[in-house]
Amino acid sequence: MKHFDDILSYCEKAAFDLNFTLAKNWKKEKQDRVLVGYLPIYVPREIIHAANGLPVGIMGAGDRKQIIKGDAYYQSYICHLPRGIIEMALDTNLNDFDGFLFPAICDCIRNLSGMFKLSRKGKFQRYFDYPQNFDPAIGGAFYSQEMEKVMDDIYRINGIKVTNEKLNYAIKLYNRNRKLIEEIYRIRQEFPWRLSAVETYHILRAGITMPVEEHNEILSQVVEAISEERGEPMDNIRVVVTGSFCEQPPIGLIKSIEMAGCYIVDDDFMQGSRWILGDIQDDTNEPLKALTDAYINQSTFASAYYDVGNPKGKRLVELVRSRNGDGVIFCAASFCDPALLDRPMMQKECDEAGIPHINFQFHENTGQFKVIKEQAGTFSDSIKLWV
Amino acid sequence: MAQPKEVIKEKSMVLQKEMLAKQFHDLSTAKESGKKVVYTFVPGNLTELILSFDMLPVYPEINALQSGMRKKSASYIKDAEKMGFSEDVCTYVKCDIGMMLNGNIGPTGEKLPDPDLLLLSYTGCFTFMKWFENLERLYPGVPVAMLHTPYQEDGQITDDQVQYMVKQLKEEVIPKMEQVSGKKYNHDRLSKMMENSARSEDLLVNVLESAKRVPTPIDAYFAGVYYIGPIFTAFRGTEEAVEYYSELWNEVQQRIQLGLGPITPEGELKEEKFRLVMEGPPNWTNFREFWKIFYDMGAVIVASSYTKVGGVYDLGFRHEPDKPLESLSKYCMGCYTNMNLPQRVGMLEQYVKEYKADGFLINSIKSCNSFSAGQLMIMREIEQRTGVPVGFIESDLVDPRYFSYANIKNRLESYFQMLEQRKIILAQEGTTV
Repeated sequence: MKHFDDILSYCEKAAFDLNFTLAKNWKKEKQDRVLVGYLPIYVPREIIHAANGLPVGIMGAGDRKQIIKGDAYYQSYICHLPRGIIEMALDTNLNDFDGFLFPAICDCIRNLSGMFKLSRKGKFQRYFDYPQNFDPAIGGAFYSQEMEKVMDDIYRINGIKVTNEKLNYAIKLYNRNRKLIEEIYRIRQEFPWRLSAVETYHILRAGITMPVEEHNEILSQVVEAISEERGEPMDNIRVVVTGSFCEQPPIGLIKSIEMAGCYIVDDDFMQGSRWILGDIQDDTNEPLKALTDAYINQSTFASAYYDVGNPKGKRLVELVRSRNGDGVIFCAASFCDPALLDRPMMQKECDEAGIPHINFQFHENTGQFKVIKEQAGTFSDSIKLWV
Repeated sequence: MAQPKEVIKEKSMVLQKEMLAKQFHDLSTAKESGKKVVYTFVPGNLTELILSFDMLPVYPEINALQSGMRKKSASYIKDAEKMGFSEDVCTYVKCDIGMMLNGNIGPTGEKLPDPDLLLLSYTGCFTFMKWFENLERLYPGVPVAMLHTPYQEDGQITDDQVQYMVKQLKEEVIPKMEQVSGKKYNHDRLSKMMENSARSEDLLVNVLESAKRVPTPIDAYFAGVYYIGPIFTAFRGTEEAVEYYSELWNEVQQRIQLGLGPITPEGELKEEKFRLVMEGPPNWTNFREFWKIFYDMGAVIVASSYTKVGGVYDLGFRHEPDKPLESLSKYCMGCYTNMNLPQRVGMLEQYVKEYKADGFLINSIKSCNSFSAGQLMIMREIEQRTGVPVGFIESDLVDPRYFSYANIKNRLESYFQMLEQRKIILAQEGTTV
């Protein structure tokens, strides 16, 4: 096993490498490999893996790249994420990518797919539509068709047909990936001081820039390392951070919450990597159906998805309870309609459940954290003193 | 102080006013008359289907825009913000929720009834989904029927997509309508309504395409929003709508014969100086002031994307009586905001060319990412493809805090000066614009 600090450094570097060096190097090794970039939140990465592709998460430029051209494409009242992504596309960051997937989560991401089409970035640019009907025979069938379109896109590039065997193998790998991530969250739930939220973020975000096999190795080593004592317990409160499922908060913001006396025991920062709850069947003759069933029946919740019969507010309260949380921090990107339109409903659910909460908004390149730190600090103090 | 000028009204306008008055009166007495009420949205609406069950549709975004025009939206929005809604989010949603908190009084001063069914048939706008999730919680126990409209990702409507929507209609939407209304689905009645829809659509297209004439007899944006009113809302599929569009088309034909220009609130536009294609919805809180900037400068909108949010009929779509459910599905998927960006650019480019426009203008709406995200790229594409000068202004749908009259007027005046200058240069070069 590598030294743990080396693993953390490696992940931090990979997580914020906006040139996606690991992914591009992987592609260079063989001719029929393809790189498929995907935007938040979730895509079934298994189908790309099975087609000899590497799914690469594009989570925005954050505070790591100066935005010049991107601002010329977006009005001031549109969130920051797409302007960073357009900036990367117009520069060389996304060169060598073969295709891009834009999951159906909001109007900005949807229209960004059209901007990529107009700019002819990549060999394909696909808006990946999700069914809002959850009947397996209706919405499930639609979802399967959406996946088949992506497999056809890749086939047209590398001529590789996805077989049941390959798809089952990919499902197995991603099952392991999700299981290891959840194990890290489980350990952190009990011993949050062993791995900070920032370190956890780096480890998860690195995972969307490299082959899943390599990430699984890293995750195994992380689990092993934090199964033993590390760090010092602090007199912190335990919070769940929610609302950051798409545009990612800057590291400084996550660090500020922690420094203000809050252990982040759960969050939705890298939600796409944790979307499916539990394992997907990996030994069937219909692996595409297994992926579909998992999407229909085992999805977690986010503001960008219709919550028929299973309201998000209640699921958030359940999550806080299961994590033994003291409170919730609603932390949404500015101008994020899905998160911000959900917030009043979810706050009401928290109020009714007696769960304290605060909220603030951010941009991925927010540079001032003093107010946020003070707000989170006051929140922490108020819970420690009065609840 | 000068007396405000009396607004000039034609017969079709009076007809529309009567239709709306009756509609809102029917709604206000729906509980007494036993009529069931369906809340739904304009883009991708299923009006004929709702009416075929003898239910009455309510369109929350129409309520919001009416509140904007009646200067009520500012206080409604503030009330919603007090509930915790961010300043950043869609003001239609906040306005509607604020209106509900204040007694749900409609544009005629009568109370709107609570919904018996929330029909989440949404096209081209994710915020609609969030809007109805909020309404679902504000009207607990009211059934929700979801109709998911797939996006035209590949720039076309596929058979698989149509089948997906038809299945949803048969297994999700219609059973809930039957349950709420207590009536069975009536295929023949729906088909009959669609004959009326198609007739109205033909007439509307005649009206809109009359703007290809130089000078144009209509304004296809400011007046256009009135022309689309009945067909985009509660009247598509009815005899009243056919009668309204017949009357409107007669009036436009008369204007053509007499060589008259478009009607404005202050009378006929005497001189058409600039022909524009407009992208984006209008501002409602200051609609008249906004319009006046244009007609005072002799600018007229000859084609617009906003008048296609409830159906892009000029590109050929018509409701088909023979296959009503398939046709409704295609209708939903075909609406403007469900078209991908390359399709939108293609349509707008075609408008600039076919309608002989002098310029292309975007009114970018703070509230509406479905329109706004990507508009700056659309603008560049149109400029490159057509060579006409492009302009860009910003406002909001119903939040008056985002309508800055002086800024907008200043920008438009500069833009019109640019168009004027270009005309002079082109004339000197001997080129016909």
